[in-house]
Amino acid sequence: MTSTIDHLDDRQKLSYIAAQAADARLNVELETEGMTLNIGPQHPATHGTLRIICRLDGEQVVWAEPSAGYMHRGYEKLTEVRSFPQVTALVNRIDWLGSFANEVPFILAAEKLMGVEAPPRAQVIRTILFELSRIANVGLFLGDLGVQLGAVTPVFMAFRDREHVLNLIEGATGGRFHPNFDRIGGLYKDLPAGWIAETRLAMKRLRRFCDEMDELLFGNEIFQARLRGIGVIPADVAKQYGLSGANLRASGVDWDLRRDQQLPLSYDKIDWKVWTHPDGDSYARCWVRLQETREATLIVDRLLDILPSGPIMAKVPRIIKVPEGEAWVSTENPLGEMGYYVVSKNDLGPFRCKIRSASFNNVSIVPWVLRGVYVPDVIAILASLYFILGDIDR
Amino acid sequence: MSDATTTETPALPGDGLREGVVDRMRDALGSSLIDSLVKPGDDVWVRVATDAWREAGRVLRDVVGCEYFCFLSAIDWMPSPYGKGEDDPTQPPPERKTDIVQGYAGGETRMQVFARVTNTDLHFGVTIKADVPDENPVVDSWIPNYAGANWHERECHEMFGIGFTGHPDLRNMYLPTGFEGYPLRKDFPLLARMVKPWPGIADVEPLPDESSEGDATAEGGES
Repeated sequence: MTSTIDHLDDRQKLSYIAAQAADARLNVELETEGMTLNIGPQHPATHGTLRIICRLDGEQVVWAEPSAGYMHRGYEKLTEVRSFPQVTALVNRIDWLGSFANEVPFILAAEKLMGVEAPPRAQVIRTILFELSRIANVGLFLGDLGVQLGAVTPVFMAFRDREHVLNLIEGATGGRFHPNFDRIGGLYKDLPAGWIAETRLAMKRLRRFCDEMDELLFGNEIFQARLRGIGVIPADVAKQYGLSGANLRASGVDWDLRRDQQLPLSYDKIDWKVWTHPDGDSYARCWVRLQETREATLIVDRLLDILPSGPIMAKVPRIIKVPEGEAWVSTENPLGEMGYYVVSKNDLGPFRCKIRSASFNNVSIVPWVLRGVYVPDVIAILASLYFILGDIDR
Repeated sequence: MSDATTTETPALPGDGLREGVVDRMRDALGSSLIDSLVKPGDDVWVRVATDAWREAGRVLRDVVGCEYFCFLSAIDWMPSPYGKGEDDPTQPPPERKTDIVQGYAGGETRMQVFARVTNTDLHFGVTIKADVPDENPVVDSWIPNYAGANWHERECHEMFGIGFTGHPDLRNMYLPTGFEGYPLRKDFPLLARMVKPWPGIADVEPLPDESSEGDATAEGGES
């Protein structure tokens, strides 16, 4: 305490001490028992049913505890009684906004154990659909972000333009939300006629949507004031908690599983960019997501340029038996690192399948990051961390 | 916007790097590192003694440089006594294997905890396992090493009944308080399959163009 007032003269010191004393008296007079504020389980900022219990002191959160588990579906147990091809139907319900992306790491893990690789055309189409799920997922985030901060217009624009992406996914796979399209050894069907031209058109629209969001939200002073410097997560804390995806890159960690590991996906065949931000605050997280959405549209465009012809299915037996072994495959899903640790015992289905979902780790940092923030910032921080409940509970 | 960085694709991990991980862990842990497996071009597995579980995590973080915590969970190696829950309830249950066979990097107990951590600078990950004693399934908590292990250990405690010494709060995350049994253990039956037998092959409709050669069209013609 003395160090802060050392440079003051006596008069200033006295008034400083008096002010401190008055403050302390006021605090004692106003001291309440603390309030417990319950956010959720049904709250628009939670993308599902997450309940957050906050203990408040005045306007400040002194303790916060998310209470998940309202949507636990036990997929890890269910995979043990399913065959390998059946598992994709389960897992694409984990992150329901980018569902195709959930299937890919599981299929890659099974392919790794079997020693099968999808033909080049299937790999490129897989990567395209993977990025389309990212746009469908993160595009909605950008719109939803506005709602949570009090701006209603962006969400309508997000739903309007996301529709183009969902139409593309439906056109290629037959399912808007749960494609169940990925197969061990390739894909179920080839792309329909006219899909490529449609996709190019849609990507142009999506880039315009990103520009609109950039101007409407990110250039907005209120938006910046609500997010800048709020909920700062330093890089070492982010790594300790296993934050991934845009949350990690917004803390300045240059780590992207699309680039930093060898997988039979087509990211190494084209030129693209990993976006990071050094600040680690809520604004940085949202900004990185915006850039990633725009980058994803470019990735799709460039992959369409190099789309080879050829078969879309490798030779796999009709009844799929996966040899004994263990494999870990994770990919950079819209929400972050999603991976499957598959243990096979030379059987029709997995012996054990550990599902590592991004939101589980991303939400486990909430007690740390909410400590000491003010109540209005709670929603802004939760919105910027961006989680989907199916992805927490699995 | 000057916040962006360029992407120079860094060198991808080689097997030499993975061998180096095992050597450095052996130097730091001595005989507590029981077994290891390096699959060329794939991944590295190590198994440490139960007592050295927390120390191994610290070594991974400080010596090997794996600062990024990916996940922590457990495996029950006992084959399920219920198979896939597809038995015909009118028939006596079929004979099943009961021998416990552990996976990569071996093991001696029925259950193992395993975790994965990643070095984000050198771009490699390590999967680490440790045996969990059969009669008293408790290991040390990893929270001092990685704060993110908190929720993973809660989940693991709830699903496998493994205790974590030093964990502040092993409450249930998903199940109601007082739930009996540990759902992800193999001897916990999948109740949905017990209550209503799996219809199995009978409801598989033959695809239109495959109906002639179909090999899955047994069991009655109601489809």
